[in-house]
Amino acid sequence: MEVERQTLREKGLRARDMLRGDLEGEELERYVEERVVMTNFDKMLNWARSNSMFPLTFGLACCAIEAPISLVTARYDLARFGAEALRASPRQADMIILSGRVSIKMAPVVRRLYDQMLEPKWAISMGACSSSGGMFSNYAVVQGADKFMPIDLHIPGCPPRPEAVLYGFTKLQRKIQGNPDPGWRQRYRAAGTEEWARGGPASAPSAEALEAYEAARGLIHA
Amino acid sequence: MPDAPGLELIRGEIELDHPGAVRDTVFDRGGASLVVDPAQVLDVLRWLRDAPGQGYTFLSSLHAADYLPAQPRFGVHYELLNRNRVERIRVKAMLGEDPEIDSCVELFPTAEFQEREAFDMFGIVFKGHPDLTRILLPDDYVGWPQRRDFPVGGEPVLFTYNEGDRG
Amino acid sequence: MAEAPIEDRTTEVMTVNIGPHHPATHGVLRLVVDLEGEVVRDLKPVIGYVHTGIEKSCEDKSYWKVIPFVERMDYVSYFFQMEAFCGAVERLVELEIPERARYLRVIFLELNRIHSHLVWLGTTALDLGAISMLWYCFRERDKILDLFEMAAGQRMHTRYFQVGGVVEDIPLGFEAKLRAFVEDMPRRVEQYQALLDRNEIFLQRTKGVGTVSRERLLELGVTGPLLRAAGEPWDLRKAFDYLAYPDFDFKIPVGTVGDGYDRYRVRMAEMVESTRIVEQALDGLPEGPHIADDRKYVLPPRSELPTSMEALIHHFKLVTEGFRVGPGEIYYSIESPRGELGCFVLADGSSKPARVHFRDPSFVNLQAFRDMAVGSYVADMIASLGMLDPILGGVDR
Repeated sequence: MEVERQTLREKGLRARDMLRGDLEGEELERYVEERVVMTNFDKMLNWARSNSMFPLTFGLACCAIEAPISLVTARYDLARFGAEALRASPRQADMIILSGRVSIKMAPVVRRLYDQMLEPKWAISMGACSSSGGMFSNYAVVQGADKFMPIDLHIPGCPPRPEAVLYGFTKLQRKIQGNPDPGWRQRYRAAGTEEWARGGPASAPSAEALEAYEAARGLIHA
Repeated sequence: MPDAPGLELIRGEIELDHPGAVRDTVFDRGGASLVVDPAQVLDVLRWLRDAPGQGYTFLSSLHAADYLPAQPRFGVHYELLNRNRVERIRVKAMLGEDPEIDSCVELFPTAEFQEREAFDMFGIVFKGHPDLTRILLPDDYVGWPQRRDFPVGGEPVLFTYNEGDRG
Repeated sequence: MAEAPIEDRTTEVMTVNIGPHHPATHGVLRLVVDLEGEVVRDLKPVIGYVHTGIEKSCEDKSYWKVIPFVERMDYVSYFFQMEAFCGAVERLVELEIPERARYLRVIFLELNRIHSHLVWLGTTALDLGAISMLWYCFRERDKILDLFEMAAGQRMHTRYFQVGGVVEDIPLGFEAKLRAFVEDMPRRVEQYQALLDRNEIFLQRTKGVGTVSRERLLELGVTGPLLRAAGEPWDLRKAFDYLAYPDFDFKIPVGTVGDGYDRYRVRMAEMVESTRIVEQALDGLPEGPHIADDRKYVLPPRSELPTSMEALIHHFKLVTEGFRVGPGEIYYSIESPRGELGCFVLADGSSKPARVHFRDPSFVNLQAFRDMAVGSYVADMIASLGMLDPILGGVDR
């Protein structure tokens, strides 16, 4: 379907005509077609979900000052992505941003919070400390929140700039919409360079992982 | 800080009231320290706090250090501050293995959390403390992390060459 | 038929667990509160949920590498931790820092103090219900972070202080931007005060709430704005003349009653005083090197490396192993936004410290929380917690 470029004035005039009932027949059909998006229900649901996330107010340490607190302030407005409604109760939230180092005393608490959240839920691990233990390779910090809960997105930095968190957030939105970002392999055309860390070198990936990578490769070459 | 002669004067005065309490004095880089006998540490602290002319009424910090391999290995430090003359003095009590010392919570209520932290990190038992439990680590943690012979912990970073070791 | 006995529910004491995940506790603080109705009867703070083992990790690293570790303890006032540690090490090695470095350190410390108070004000006002304060305070905070980023490259955790001075001199344009900020800040503080000072709800929530007597606070080891609000004019900047503070003319705000409202006023006044200090420091900023030139502890300038053999050797030694500090111990304390921040360094002659301990003000101030909250309502307890200003990173280290 072709869409002609129209100036704002022309669009306004056509809208006025429609409201008056002056558009008829083929013109009316074209008008309606241009304004209706046909999609399937899942895609629409995912689009709605990604654009109205309810993050959990969960700050552990330094990253907490950058996000959630700094993200909802005026300069790095999280509200433009629809996620400004930070909920305090995990039952009402669908995204948890692990901002800060996870100590061994806190890890069971975080897991319990994550379990209390309702499906579908996503977890962002913000900063180096929750992604991998950060600079604290010692007895007191869990070396990466991956060790006890599934994480959907890791954001590097110590602390990451709020813009970096927003970039990560938009990537999460694309992931929710079913259109995950293939990442640097796309930028550098490095398809086929994946290494499989499960079971040692040269072990075979699982069937699901293989499918996902094929799909991503398809996106690269598309 | 009391200067070197001032420190010796203090030691002399404490000797009059509590003989044998002060084992050594150290004046290093502008800081004055009294090394005391752990059994009499409360007497020394009380003297420093209450004796007229001394007035070290503020306990800035109570912490411990592990001097391994030197023996006795544990040192409990009391950083006292005289707010009128703006002077600091340090009282050190050296303890060996299985360290135990009297708690100074009655003299200085600020020591409550700080003694719990020293217990948590080093295993130093403060006799007479109202609630000597772990404060920073989980309650069921085994080991005294800040001791020098306790490993730092953590994991080695995973690269492809050592990935097989992890399995 | 006999009637079942009616329980007397009005005097039942209920133990409620607040936290560690709670919107009003500033960080992961867990409070086990015994409530009788709405009145708090007993309170027990349980901490340790952000315990990172920083002090243990420091024993494993050379003296320079310790600096980014200790920065991340009290994560809102990071420059203060750097100053406490660098100052302690400088006193251990008896290294004098040049005049310009002292002034620069004071500028950044006071900017960090303003930053810390802004974060405190925004979050505490949020807890008390004055939600729009958060946006105004963080607007100024972003300006300060822009200044930090201009000088050091990072917004938070800048690692700008080095043993011997500061890592790099301030760039061109920094002075102009700082001056613009300094002129603007007192007006902003007035705006905040216009919103909160005579706000009926704020007054009702803070006046007379969380009062602890001065003697009790001194017994508990509480320092900083909490002590000053109770009427004790004790500030380490004036007591121990460290860095360049003796050169500046500034006042110490002191309260009278020691309730939440006094603490608020003391911190607001401190923000204005800090702005004045920064202005004076900027006016009197001397020329000169920004770091000491003792090559045993400080890197030589890069321009010398291609030509001078000694410079290359010093550089190599400092970067790989680090400098060694002769055996000794020292306790050095400064005035952080929350009180007395002390750093104890035990050196054993090697290139790594044998023990680094921080006397964190929030850790000690938290002992006063019980006295503040017992006997008051739950809402007053939350207000007292806000005015106490604990930062759990410093509490747990």
